[in-house]
Amino acid sequence: MTPAAPVPLRRSPALRTGLSIATAISLYGVSFGALSTAAGMTLWQTVALSALLFSGASQFAFIGILASGGTGAAALGAAALLSGRNTIYAVQMKALLNPRGFKRLAAAQLTIDESAAVAMSAPDPVERRRGFWGAGIACYLFWNLATVLGALLGDVIAEPEALGLDGAVVAAFLGLLWPRLKSLDAWALAVLAALVTTVTMPLLAPGIPVLAAAVVAVAWGLASKGARA
Amino acid sequence: MSLWFWVLAACAAVYATKLLGYLVPQSWLVHPAVGRVSAMLTIGLLAALVAMNTFSAEASVTIDARLGALLAAALALLLRAPFILVVLVGAGAAAGIRALG
Repeated sequence: MTPAAPVPLRRSPALRTGLSIATAISLYGVSFGALSTAAGMTLWQTVALSALLFSGASQFAFIGILASGGTGAAALGAAALLSGRNTIYAVQMKALLNPRGFKRLAAAQLTIDESAAVAMSAPDPVERRRGFWGAGIACYLFWNLATVLGALLGDVIAEPEALGLDGAVVAAFLGLLWPRLKSLDAWALAVLAALVTTVTMPLLAPGIPVLAAAVVAVAWGLASKGARA
Repeated sequence: MSLWFWVLAACAAVYATKLLGYLVPQSWLVHPAVGRVSAMLTIGLLAALVAMNTFSAEASVTIDARLGALLAAALALLLRAPFILVVLVGAGAAAGIRALG
């Protein structure tokens, strides 16, 4: 298949998806800023987590564990374990984009659910590149601005839940999962992973149930591949 | 100061998990199992994140307004709503259910 001439950057569908996802996660960023300061982090510690760690689920896990009385080591462990899926995205991005030198270091920092999802769903190499960098850079800017805003407004917003910010988070993850649920196989795995997570949540330390689900998903991938070989 | 240590250490650890993927030799990526497993892993991880964010409670699980947000978001997705609208519907449903008590 010969690729058609790429559309101009201003009309790039991947770039638009990236910008709308970045706008959506800003809500989540405001929530993070507010909850982080409520959990006892200073403004600058909150800013450091968004600017340097830059991985939503890991950031929430980090402050969540500290807020519930966990140790710094437990918070670090959960943040790093939750970022395990970023390693997988990075492998996929290397296969699709293969950035080199400084670009590789920057791409690593921008490798998150949203940038990887937009790149993976784009139809050709030019759109993949635009999708990854567009979503990655837009998410980085919006997320960090939103974090500062949330941290500063945190005291004003006594209950972030009253605004439904936790519902926004649930909806955002479902929105990212949804396009992947195109087969019965995918639905079955998603339901199983959700069940494993929910059942193990009262039993395991925060962050670990997600990894239990990851183990199930890897086993599922290996088993179904074996069945087709 | 100790909290700062853990904040910066966590930042370094998470960056390492991201960079690690880019350091995988190109030759490993051509194995067919890699694509299959990583696709399943993405679905499993996102489903787990949905469940965790819907049912999490301190050292337990619970059913509250977030389940309403999940159902409302699913309905919006069935109606092919754009991503940002889905997020707003989720927030609106959770806030609405709480406001009604």
